[in-house]
Amino acid sequence: MKLLVAVKRVIDYNVKPRVKMDGSGVDLANVKMSMNPFDEIAVEEAIRLKEKGAATEIVAVSIGPAKAQETLRTALAMGADRAILVQTEEEVEPLAVAKILKGIVDEEQPGLVILGKQAIDDDSNQTGQMLAALLGWPQGTFASKVEVAGSDVTVTREVDGGLETVKLNGPAIVTTDLRLNEPRYASLPNIMKAKSKPLATKSPGDFGVDVAPRLETLKVLEPPKRQAGVKVGSVDELVAKLKALGVAK
Amino acid sequence: MKTLVLVEHEGGAIKDATLATVTAASQLGDVDLLVAGSGIGSVADAAAKIAGAGTVHVADGAHLEHQLAEDVAPIIVALMGDHDAFLASATTTGKNVAPRVAALLDVMQISDILSVEGEDTFTRPIYAGNAIATVRSKDAKKVITVRGTAFDKASREGGSGSVSEADAGASSGKSSFVGAEVSKSERPELTSAKVIVSGGRALGSSEQFHALIDPLADKLGAGVGASRAAVDAGYAPNDYQVGQTGKIVAPEVYLAIGISGAIQHLAGMKDSKTIIAINKDEEAPIFQVADVGLVGDLFKIVPELTEKL
Ligand SMILES: Cc1cc2nc3c(=O)[nH]c(=O)nc-3n(C[C@H](O)[C@H](O)[C@H](O)COP(=O)(O)OP(=O)(O)OC[C@H]3O[C@@H](n4cnc5c(N)ncnc54)[C@H](O)[C@@H]3O)c2cc1C
Ligand SMILES: Nc1ncnc2c1ncn2[C@@H]1O[C@H](COP(=O)(O)O)[C@@H](O)[C@H]1O
Repeated sequence: MKLLVAVKRVIDYNVKPRVKMDGSGVDLANVKMSMNPFDEIAVEEAIRLKEKGAATEIVAVSIGPAKAQETLRTALAMGADRAILVQTEEEVEPLAVAKILKGIVDEEQPGLVILGKQAIDDDSNQTGQMLAALLGWPQGTFASKVEVAGSDVTVTREVDGGLETVKLNGPAIVTTDLRLNEPRYASLPNIMKAKSKPLATKSPGDFGVDVAPRLETLKVLEPPKRQAGVKVGSVDELVAKLKALGVAK
Repeated sequence: MKTLVLVEHEGGAIKDATLATVTAASQLGDVDLLVAGSGIGSVADAAAKIAGAGTVHVADGAHLEHQLAEDVAPIIVALMGDHDAFLASATTTGKNVAPRVAALLDVMQISDILSVEGEDTFTRPIYAGNAIATVRSKDAKKVITVRGTAFDKASREGGSGSVSEADAGASSGKSSFVGAEVSKSERPELTSAKVIVSGGRALGSSEQFHALIDPLADKLGAGVGASRAAVDAGYAPNDYQVGQTGKIVAPEVYLAIGISGAIQHLAGMKDSKTIIAINKDEEAPIFQVADVGLVGDLFKIVPELTEKL
């Protein structure tokens, strides 16, 4: 089966985001950008499925600015076969991303689409579920284990009370959680090879999708800062603090 | 405005997270509830007693036992014909189903709201809580998930809702429940615990994690949490993880033991009332948010602390 993987270019997870003084957003000028960590896990899972013989081709897709090409090249260097960039300089909300991905799914007919559970910039945690709804497909969200047998996909999900396993009759949507796998680093030869892998560029209009935002951001502020507290010098002082807080007798 | 809240329940009990979601919904308008499941008459009765409950829609069917998103979303969509907003808790259950509802209604979901600023305006955290965005929804209907720690819990008593049967639909036939590994614990649930003791990578092994963290938690009547590093290393199960992508907690007292304080961890606990950190590195970022810090070796400090409590 063919696999589709959605990868988003986001602020690198090691960078501490800074809110702009004018409250208009987070300052991304000269900030290191990387592939969303959950999407690296998605790419890795796709590659492992291909290595196991459960998949034949991996197509990586990104919706974003021209620079998102770099993110797609990373996916290609890891092991994806080809890439599609749906280029737009606008910020595209999860609903519109899901609609564009649906357009690509209609064209490519994959048996499985793997997305991250959450983009670490908007922290929406929506796109995969929305895509599943638009396609009328089943979903296995927050996956920590994925098994493919024919068109069936069995997914172990990380849920608040522990783990849950569901069986999906493919085609299906999977969103990744952190413990699904540990993504590989692309080797230098593979980075070189990725440069000649096919990367097609499209626009949201090609899929008839209007990317006008439904949510208007009125302002973006820093959260209230916590004051650093005091250091105590001994366990006895700590016990006294706990008593004062009323949590110890 | 008429709102519909998804009631989360397990083993016949309504989750605390739902009570916070009811409070958020009541700031928007009248609150109807949906209880979906199998053999859930008593849950529906309990839901009707929640303060402020209007109509309790009950979708009861064998195929709803595990409340799969594929089967629950269409039930909600049908009820949204005469509701203006749908609210679910930002739990793994709510996060699984709400976006499916949003897409079917063609609206953009507002995830993880912290406050209701007006009937179409909300605040929500972005970038692991390093920024708080105020957003206004232009959609006619709203689909919202609610951060439980940001709203008071509605009372479980005092309501007089009326129970009404809803069309439970049929199984989508596309997904089925295979099994669950539910962590059993006598300790308070993380999202509602008053005190939490969390351990990090420094604990070094599952044995040491349990040998040090558990007795301290027992002394304090606390829930037990963990950093991602501790969970990844297998010291603690996945549902212990606190952080941007784990659980969001806000207890009275949060003890971070051998946790460095990465932004992704802070995202899940920095709204705790009092934060106490034990770490051997006095430069550890956790001390920037801790109200009380003790610098030293946790393998000495924790046993002594447990003993002295
Ligand atoms: C996409 C993404 C999402 C993430 N989500 C989460 C999340 O939800 N939750 C989360 O926690 N993390 C999350 N992380 C991981 C996060 O970035 C950190 O890697 C993680 O929190 C580190 O865990 P730690 O503090 O236990 O380990 P470390 O950073 O290794 O810190 C260990 C600490 O223990 C101290 N120490 C060592 N030995 C001792 C001793 N004997 N006595 C006392 N102190 C000692 C050290 O000084 C150090 O500060 C995420 C990362 C990514 C990329
Ligand atoms: N602009 C985008 N391009 C490609 N994939 C995306 C984009 N936005 C979101 N996704 C995918 O959807 C997942 C969840 O994102 P979100 O719903 O925004 O938290 C991400 O991990 C990606 O896999």
